[in-house]
Amino acid sequence: MSQDAIIEIKDLEVVFGSGSAAVRAVNGVSLCVERGQTVALIGESGSGKSVTLRSLLRLHAPKRTSIKGSIRVAGHDVLSLSSSALSDFRGEVCSMIFQEPLLALDPVYSVGDQIIESIQRHKGCSRAEANKKALALFERVKIPSPERRLAAYPHEMSGGMRQRAMIALALACDPQVLLADEPTTALDATVQIQILLLLRELQKTLGLSIVFVTHDIGAAVEVADRIAVMYAGQIVEEGDVRTIMRAPRHPYTKALLQSRAHGSLDRGQRLATIPGAPPDLAKLPPGCAFAPRCAYAQDACREGTIALVSLGESHGARCRRTDVTHLPHTESVEA
Amino acid sequence: MILFILRRILYAIPIMFGVALVCFSLVHLAPGDPLVSVLPPDASAELQKQLRTLYGFDRSLPEQFFSWILRAVTGDLGTSIASSRSVTEEVFRAVKNTLILASFATLIGFFFGSLFGFVAGYFRDTFVDKLASFISVMGVSVPHYWLGMVLVIIFAAQLNWLPATGAGPGGSADWAWDWAHMRHLVLPAITMSVIPMGIIARTVRALVADTLAQEFIIGLRAMGLTDFGVFRHVVKNVAPTALAVMGLQLGYLLGGSILIETVFSWPGTGFLLNSAIFQRDLPLLQGTILVLAIFFVLLNVLVDILQSTLDPRITRQ
Ligand SMILES: Nc1ncnc2c1ncn2[C@@H]1O[C@H](COP(=O)(O)OP(=O)(O)O)[C@@H](O)[C@H]1O
Ligand SMILES: [Mg+2]
Repeated sequence: MSQDAIIEIKDLEVVFGSGSAAVRAVNGVSLCVERGQTVALIGESGSGKSVTLRSLLRLHAPKRTSIKGSIRVAGHDVLSLSSSALSDFRGEVCSMIFQEPLLALDPVYSVGDQIIESIQRHKGCSRAEANKKALALFERVKIPSPERRLAAYPHEMSGGMRQRAMIALALACDPQVLLADEPTTALDATVQIQILLLLRELQKTLGLSIVFVTHDIGAAVEVADRIAVMYAGQIVEEGDVRTIMRAPRHPYTKALLQSRAHGSLDRGQRLATIPGAPPDLAKLPPGCAFAPRCAYAQDACREGTIALVSLGESHGARCRRTDVTHLPHTESVEA
Repeated sequence: MILFILRRILYAIPIMFGVALVCFSLVHLAPGDPLVSVLPPDASAELQKQLRTLYGFDRSLPEQFFSWILRAVTGDLGTSIASSRSVTEEVFRAVKNTLILASFATLIGFFFGSLFGFVAGYFRDTFVDKLASFISVMGVSVPHYWLGMVLVIIFAAQLNWLPATGAGPGGSADWAWDWAHMRHLVLPAITMSVIPMGIIARTVRALVADTLAQEFIIGLRAMGLTDFGVFRHVVKNVAPTALAVMGLQLGYLLGGSILIETVFSWPGTGFLLNSAIFQRDLPLLQGTILVLAIFFVLLNVLVDILQSTLDPRITRQ
């Protein structure tokens, strides 16, 4: 793929546990993110989006997790970093914002102290300098009366303020890559939009590369350049936002977009209107994991491994029936 | 903050009054004649009546209670029947001795309890965890007087390293901070520390395991903290509750050490209570109980204040 890839995931496999109870959460994900690009990872909950994202920082408990494949982020081979190199990498090169900052921030440290700790950890500067930087960060993420808010504890802030503080923490050490795991799912609709706009603005001014996980297609369209659709631990379709929205070729992507157009258009709505249920990751069927729920499925879909079919310059779908799935969509979905 | 502390102390006053009422009632409702131990068996009715009036036992109970509590507020708890000494003096000397013993025991217990608790919580379900849990369960379930006697047999009787009983050379009950007195402290303090150690170890293990399972631990790793950096956060999360448990343990030990103090003849409150009960020395008994109860109430207030300064989630309103 592109020369200028800042994130390069190849054949990533993540398995939790072992034996018959092993959960195959990620099954061969390959993904490239170019410098300055935002890629949205979408899919139903349980499709392996968070697991993929956390692998980029190697955050899974090493004892009960087996990770295969390769991950390169800004020139670092993440899966073979030593533990001290790994902790240098986290937060400094690549950092993460979480779905629920109330849970992801330490409740007994003030928000400012956590940001200062991160800056001091990576930049080795004095507390006063770190404090000045934290203040500037709070201004950058548009937190009103930043001085007072730095001293606040996570539980003393509103949901939107907390998410802004979390973003400030993630940006504390000027990382090149930002990973966002459903950063707006826990917020009210109006606050969601503000946070999305803030992320887009920060991405532009700081030249960040972002992987944005969501199950809200609206949010993905708002911030992303490219969309990768995940199902049962695989990326089943990938392309730029326009192509995916206008001409999806994987039956799952089509179903996902239809469920959004048919149902109510609430943001953050669970995409649960596709018939059937996602497969049990401990007992994945052979062939295409979506076949049991797919209107286009044939016998051939239920065996072997399904290869990625290239459908254009940067568009691909993991499907054996792409010859029929392009037949015009009955719904017109605008991008 | 100061307002918060004042309010906590104000709340404690009615509780202390209630405590005083309860301990007075308990002592006076118990059967038996308090004068039986000081009166000769053939005492005349005249002498009995005289003594009864002297100690005030001839008045009605409410009258006795109020005169007792009014004098108690000024620091006068009456006179011991058995020793004819001031109860206040006797109690405070014993409280001081017990406080020394209980503080050392709590510190030792807190240190080892936290150590075992952290190790067990960090290495949950491994051999180390099982070992640490075994030690702490033993700590809670072993009979302490038995442990005390075993230690005395080994270290005092067999090895002759440490004294078996008393709080100072020649059985003196007055404490001093020198080695001659300190060596008397070692065996009873270790024996007593086993109780808080077990309880603190179990509490800390649960707290550590609970903290490590929280999402913010992943958040801290994601921001690049090393294992030691994360450990500092775990400590700060665990500390408020662990310290509160330690404070309450100290409170229990202040009054709950009758067996250990008796085994080691340690001249503390437990020992004093023991003799007051057997001699039916009512003024001494009710004075000791009152002072211990008030200590316990004050300790609770202190723990409350400490916890709320350490844990920002507890409001100070
Ligand atoms: N630490 C873990 N241990 C075992 N299973 C896990 C773990 N983390 C995630 N999983 C499983 O992996 C699957 C994918 O989870 P996740 O990536 O969180 O989904 P989502 O797409 O909603 O973010 C789920 O079935 C989940 O139960
Ligand atoms: Mg998720």
